[in-house]
Amino acid sequence: MTNFFNEMYDGGKVREPYARLENWTRAMPAELRQMKQAEAEALFRRIGITFAVYGEGGDPDRLIPFDMFPRVFTQFEWRKLERGIKQRARALNAFLLDVYGRGEIVRAGKIPARLVYQNEAFERAVTGFTPPRGIYSHIVGIDLVRTGPDEFFVLEDNCRTPSGVSYMLENREIMMRMFPALFRENRIEPVDGYADALRRTLASVAPAKCDRDPTIAILTPGHFNSAYYEHSFLADLMGVELVEGADLFVEGGFVWMRTTEGPKKLDVIYRRIDDSFLDPLCFRPDSMLGVPGLMDVYRSGGVTITSAPGAGVADDKAIYTFVPDMIRFYLGEEPLLQNVPTWQCGKEEDKKYVLSHLPELVVKEVHGSGGYGMLVGPKATKDQIEHFRLKIEEDPGNYIAQPTLALSTTPTFVEEGIAPRHVDLRPYCLVGEKIELVPGGLTRVALTEGSLVVNSSQGGGVKDTWVLAE
Amino acid sequence: MILTVNHVTTYQYDAPMRSAVQSLRLFPSRFDGQRIINWDVAVDGGVKGGSFRDGAGDRVEGWSLRGPVSEVTVVVTGQVETTDMAGVLRGHRETVSPFAYLRETTATWIDDGLETLAQEAVLGAEDGLDRAHRLSRAVAEAIAYKPGVTHAHTTAAEALALGEGVCQDHAHALIACARAVELPARYVSGYLFARDDGEPHEAAHAWAEIWVQGIGWIGFDAANQCCPDGRYIRLGSGFDARDAAPIKGIALGTGEESLDVTVALESVQQ
Repeated sequence: MTNFFNEMYDGGKVREPYARLENWTRAMPAELRQMKQAEAEALFRRIGITFAVYGEGGDPDRLIPFDMFPRVFTQFEWRKLERGIKQRARALNAFLLDVYGRGEIVRAGKIPARLVYQNEAFERAVTGFTPPRGIYSHIVGIDLVRTGPDEFFVLEDNCRTPSGVSYMLENREIMMRMFPALFRENRIEPVDGYADALRRTLASVAPAKCDRDPTIAILTPGHFNSAYYEHSFLADLMGVELVEGADLFVEGGFVWMRTTEGPKKLDVIYRRIDDSFLDPLCFRPDSMLGVPGLMDVYRSGGVTITSAPGAGVADDKAIYTFVPDMIRFYLGEEPLLQNVPTWQCGKEEDKKYVLSHLPELVVKEVHGSGGYGMLVGPKATKDQIEHFRLKIEEDPGNYIAQPTLALSTTPTFVEEGIAPRHVDLRPYCLVGEKIELVPGGLTRVALTEGSLVVNSSQGGGVKDTWVLAE
Repeated sequence: MILTVNHVTTYQYDAPMRSAVQSLRLFPSRFDGQRIINWDVAVDGGVKGGSFRDGAGDRVEGWSLRGPVSEVTVVVTGQVETTDMAGVLRGHRETVSPFAYLRETTATWIDDGLETLAQEAVLGAEDGLDRAHRLSRAVAEAIAYKPGVTHAHTTAAEALALGEGVCQDHAHALIACARAVELPARYVSGYLFARDDGEPHEAAHAWAEIWVQGIGWIGFDAANQCCPDGRYIRLGSGFDARDAAPIKGIALGTGEESLDVTVALESVQQ
């Protein structure tokens, strides 16, 4: 595992996207760097962006380390990624439309019925209902890793409510504030169009019953939620209301928002709460986070919920394996982005292979997230491996395994200066009337030397992600 | 058979509530065994909301009431002409895949008792239909009809352990047993006309449907050891009693709720 692709250095040569950054780092003395790092931290603290990315839990007031060394893509590299991401977002949405309709992909024998219909994320309550434009997942977060100049792999898809986009925007904001010269020297594609694009996307899926400029709101579980900052940040940027379930009620087939000027009809809800909490009459009866009666309004076409309830069935780790088949089935195209080869421990043959190759594999729980409950074979002790062997044998269906990928590295500021650290990438693809992707995303970096785990709960940080203009 | 329904549900609150919302599944299913002559659902003082037919073929209607609410009364009146289909749900349009009904819920969780009951019942069965009939019989024999020993939240496993229960328990147990042998099954709520003299009587009822390859959904009423016929009116279905409830409602406030239900069913002489 010594041959990692370094995104800046090709041997002794600096790769094209990073050409101008060499001088920048050379010209920065250690004291200045420390000063800037402290400044960045103070800025992050001041704006209050301290939440855990991707619902990882942990200390909600802990600041996620920000690394000032940007991650850079050329326009050419990005275009290729963009095509692959959009293709995937289209296929995932086609899949959702299908499995809540006739289920052609299951009938055709491409995906086992069990994986779809017995999936916890499959919502029987929305079968037969077609949301506006047939779109279920309006914000698709696709987690990517790179292993070579042209080799990208999709780690997972996030079709529900992918978080972290506020980091993409704030990282850029802070970099521009601290290093204005850098942004004059490099022609970098802006990411600040995201809020407008998101607003456009949401407005474009307003229900047919809406005959005016749609009213949009973000539905948050509340300020105790770890991503609350992001909810209010996005509401602010888009100029829409941030509401909690208690601010809304249903009447006459519509959803209404209580305002000081009386009730206001709501057309599109960008919800940042899980399906099970949306409506106690349809899902968990004990939940007070949502709006009673919301699902009846939704299913009768009075309001649009984004992402659509039930969208989660497309981003399950067991369904992930089939995304390349979805692309071929619905789009008649070959996948532009590759999946990481995955063994399903639920299959006898796969389990056998996994159990005899544990030291070289990464093992994950099917429903796990945040890097918890995960075994990184090459980094694990004998005890940890034996522990996982028992867990897999006990409940094989709950585990998948993948080869340990040689994640690319980018230069990162560390105590001793600059050193390569492993990174991943989450771009945010918007699906509405158009499919849009702002040029950038969230780069997470494993700050610990040699670590391949980029999760913030396990010592990960974030970086500004650049796409160079032509 | 022509059946006349008069179904009144009243929720009372000892302190006025801020508001109330309901989701009703109180409309007779559309299939070859049922023809609606007339049907009306109304919530006293309520505002009618969205109405739609869901993927399982059930018509759902939302209602809301602005506070203060001290009483909610749901009145269902109507007439349905039924035909004995020997339990077969023919001509019913739905999009949900039968495989979705292999899912476990708290009420239909399969414990060792249900697993054993199911496996022993289907020993030597010829086909899916035969298995379904055997399961229904086994459940009827294992759980004696006795009101008052179980409650709304009793699970299939608990009812089997008790050996007693009501139609809800029979339906839950049958669903669990069917799933134990990989047969999709679901809960059905409706009405049953159960008097020979044609007089009005209490008639809210529930049974199970099992999906049999080659035939489709078939109703099994283990509580009465039969398949639904002309005496049954089918309303809606779900994974279990909670999911298939004809009335789902919530009232916001601090008042305590009390419930009163009367369902009168009578047959019209033709």
